Amino acid sequence: MSTSEVSPVASRTGGPSYRVVNDWSIQVATVNGSGSQTANSVLMRSIFQMGVPVSGKNLFPSNIAGLPTWFTIRANKNGWIGRKKEIDFLIAMNPETAREDVLKLQEGAAVVYDEPLKLNELRSDLHFYPVPFDKIVAPVCPDAKLRKLVKNIIYDGVVAHLLGIDLEEMRKALYKQFGARKAKAAELNWNAILAGKKFAEENLEKKDPFSVERMDETKGKIIIDGNAAAALGCVFAGCTVVTWYPITPSSSLVESTIGYFKRLRIDKATGKASFAVVQAEDELAAVGMVIGASWAGARAMTSTSGPGISLMAEFVGLGYYAEIPAVIFDVQRVGPSTGLPTRTMQGDLLSTALLSHGDTRHPMFFPSSPAECFTMAGDAFDFAEQFQTPVFVMTDLDLGMNNWMADPFEYPTAPLNRGKVLTAEDLDKVAEFARYRDVDGDGVPYRTLPGTAHPKAAYFTRGSGHNDKAAYTEREDDYVNNVDRLSRKFETMRSWVPQPEVLVNEKAKIGIICCGTSRYAVEESRDQIMREYGIETSYLRLKAYPFTSALLDFINQHDRVYIVEQNRDAQLMALMRLEFPVDALAKLRSIKYYGGMPLDARTVTTDFVTQEGL
Amino acid sequence: MSTVVAPPPAPKKVNRIGLEVLPYRGAKTTLCAGCGHNSISERIVEVFYELGIEPWTVAKMSGIGCSSKTPAYFLSQAHGFNSVHGRAPAVSTGALLANKNLRGIVVTGDGDTASIGIGQFVHMLRRNVPLTYIIENNGVYGLTKGQFSATADRGSKQKSGVINDMQPIDCCLLGIELGATLVARSFSGDKKQLSTILKACISHKGLAVVDVISPCVTFNDHEGSTKSYSYVKDHETALHELSYVPYYEEIQIDMAEGETRDVTLHDGSHLRLKKLDRDYDPTNKYEALNAIHQAEDKGEVLTGILYVEQKRDTLLDMLNLVDEPLATLPVERVRPGREALDMIMEELR
Ligand SMILES: Cc1ncc(C[n+]2csc(CCOP(=O)(O)OP(=O)(O)O)c2C)c(N)n1
Ligand code: SF4
Ligand SMILES: [Mg+2]
Repeated sequence: MSTSEVSPVASRTGGPSYRVVNDWSIQVATVNGSGSQTANSVLMRSIFQMGVPVSGKNLFPSNIAGLPTWFTIRANKNGWIGRKKEIDFLIAMNPETAREDVLKLQEGAAVVYDEPLKLNELRSDLHFYPVPFDKIVAPVCPDAKLRKLVKNIIYDGVVAHLLGIDLEEMRKALYKQFGARKAKAAELNWNAILAGKKFAEENLEKKDPFSVERMDETKGKIIIDGNAAAALGCVFAGCTVVTWYPITPSSSLVESTIGYFKRLRIDKATGKASFAVVQAEDELAAVGMVIGASWAGARAMTSTSGPGISLMAEFVGLGYYAEIPAVIFDVQRVGPSTGLPTRTMQGDLLSTALLSHGDTRHPMFFPSSPAECFTMAGDAFDFAEQFQTPVFVMTDLDLGMNNWMADPFEYPTAPLNRGKVLTAEDLDKVAEFARYRDVDGDGVPYRTLPGTAHPKAAYFTRGSGHNDKAAYTEREDDYVNNVDRLSRKFETMRSWVPQPEVLVNEKAKIGIICCGTSRYAVEESRDQIMREYGIETSYLRLKAYPFTSALLDFINQHDRVYIVEQNRDAQLMALMRLEFPVDALAKLRSIKYYGGMPLDARTVTTDFVTQEGL
Repeated sequence: MSTVVAPPPAPKKVNRIGLEVLPYRGAKTTLCAGCGHNSISERIVEVFYELGIEPWTVAKMSGIGCSSKTPAYFLSQAHGFNSVHGRAPAVSTGALLANKNLRGIVVTGDGDTASIGIGQFVHMLRRNVPLTYIIENNGVYGLTKGQFSATADRGSKQKSGVINDMQPIDCCLLGIELGATLVARSFSGDKKQLSTILKACISHKGLAVVDVISPCVTFNDHEGSTKSYSYVKDHETALHELSYVPYYEEIQIDMAEGETRDVTLHDGSHLRLKKLDRDYDPTNKYEALNAIHQAEDKGEVLTGILYVEQKRDTLLDMLNLVDEPLATLPVERVRPGREALDMIMEELR
């Protein structure tokens, strides 16, 4: 944390002599469907282009138009881009929530608001900037029908003035957003930004301490949401079959995939597609098609969220026992469909690891950033084919649907790992083909694809009632042999899954573990714990399940280990309970957050401090 | 040991492509003796052998049930997939997306198709997925010991005496209404007709749905069941006498002009329909629906090729896929070049 953040509140209201540079958050409160998305991403991008680390989070309702929505931008010179709970700069455009939004602010915050809302009457300890949006928009947008859409972007101009955002960067960001084909719309919006800027210059006196200054921390970086990143990962991993059923927050993963497929995977000469996308009738059918396609040798994926995962359970069990690859993205969200479907959660960790009936266990990958969404999508296809089993890529709404500043993706150069597939030529060389035999001792058998022109190729696929030659059996020993081999296969996976990120601090007695998007809060929290309490901690970020030996080593190296996760029931810890010895388990403590917002550092720090009795 | 000169072995009987019948057969059936499903398996063996189709080009798909076990009993040299109850349509659709050169043959029960999997069934119909979809329709759930299925006729009696009061689902009506491009009904005991229909299905380009009344001798072959051998024998009315001429055989005219109707199938085969007591045009959707409803009112089981539509695009046509199977495209065909990724990264900067 920078010194500015811990400075006394008095100085925050003490006039422009005191400055908070590149370390604040802006919240834009609007109404769903009012077209504020452009204004918000242009604002975020302008700051990004000034070289300041930034993140943007959209808090939206399960509704198409009319309900309140908030967009939060956090700029932080130290690169902490997780959520920050406190809002420094509010842009209040929604009459419905304005009052509550203002009352929630801490002293010294700034408020840009639509003048008729008269928010300045609510409090005296904030910096208020009234802006008559309707008056400003009328002259720049003669077409009354468009005004509602253009009105929002005026606040970009106002904020550019108040924070000191380079207007040229804003112009670039705006034209990038609209692209060459929508030059006219871009111009209209640009004029609105200029009008906002001009109004602010002439009428608003800067009173708050917040400002932006150029840095050089975003060079070469990109802005992308995790779903688009995963989509690119699939397209560059040679995925050929995608089947899906729409659900927030996963739909945009497939929609982005379709977009990139059409751009990159249609043969220029023939116009033919090297991909097939089917919008299925439900998630059962979606995963059934993936199982069928993977059985026949394609790289197939589906993407869904918790409710869809529940529907897929039976098929996933079949995939496990019949040993069929499948890549399933779970963009996790809160609870059932009438829960908080537009809020984030790490809520499917336990149920997905053990999804289906009988003894089943499934590998899961935990991407934490767009770059990992990209690479792990590729890894997932390799892994699914290598191990002939369904693989889950567990992202969440925060990662999937929000815009992230990210490192650019590296072009994958490794060949595709298509796993142990015997072709007709291979079959000529082997004495016998036994579909479920553990030839190599790693638990992973060989398979053939339907359509292989060889008398030895065919086998009959069914659930668990088969011996190693895929013949029907209900014998006790055949069943036990088979499921024991599946356990061996699961053990082999441990040395092939992505290894965790481990930062062991020799002086630290305490370790902190997390996975996925919890990393942003945890990394910042460790910094807070260090600076505010002088306590050093070690850190381990899991990238996959099954766990690798590095996890148990890490636990053994420390006196106490906190597991930070975004669910009520400590699901990640529960998975450790299934396999770790009691002495290791005795060290585990849990920090949980499950309110549906992206996890923030202060929540982690506060819980940690309480449990440590500091 | 005396020296006996062995007689020269009799030349083995082979089909058009030089294969014996063995690779067309499967494992020994484990179904009840006399089960209608067994007769259907026999017809499948016969038809693939006679048409001379390489068994390894076939994907045998099924759901769960006595019927769905049967792919193990035919075409031992074809890959088979006994999937989950009612979900054969999805798995088969996926398999064909991956490899459009596979010939899909799907065997399901009436429980699979008309109950648990009816959602998948109707969506497969809409998509016109190019495969042969057989419903081994016995009016009961065989494998779970005889509960009524949704195709049980109103008034039909369970072995225990329970009477079905509910309206049956007619999968042929659904098929015609919702987009199958060949719809037929037959009876497991009618060898000749079933073989001919199956041949037409296999030669058809598009989704062929065949509802085969297939009595369950253990749970539904008693007095009062409308899916029993005796009921169907007494009430079956064939629409036409069918003959099938594969594309590789010359057509020989053996029926009087005016009494027959020829339908040319996609691969050049001919289906010849000889008029029985009515002049039936299987390409007329309204006539087909009408005929099925009228038969139902009379308590008849109308069999034959009920409906054929030859022009509609299949799912695979609509997807405009490259010529080779997607499953085995080499990496150069499925991973765009470095410059494509660079370009996208630049756009996102
Ligand atoms: C999800 C699920 N529910 C129930 C079952 C139990 N089950 C197995 S077969 C079957 C019915 C089979 O009837 P049908 O499809 O008509 O086939 P038949 O045995 O009559 O040939 C049922 C309900 C199952 N396997 N899976
Ligand atoms: S129970 Fe009925 S359907 Fe099942 S095998 Fe026996 S006769 Fe056939
Ligand atoms: Mg049945």
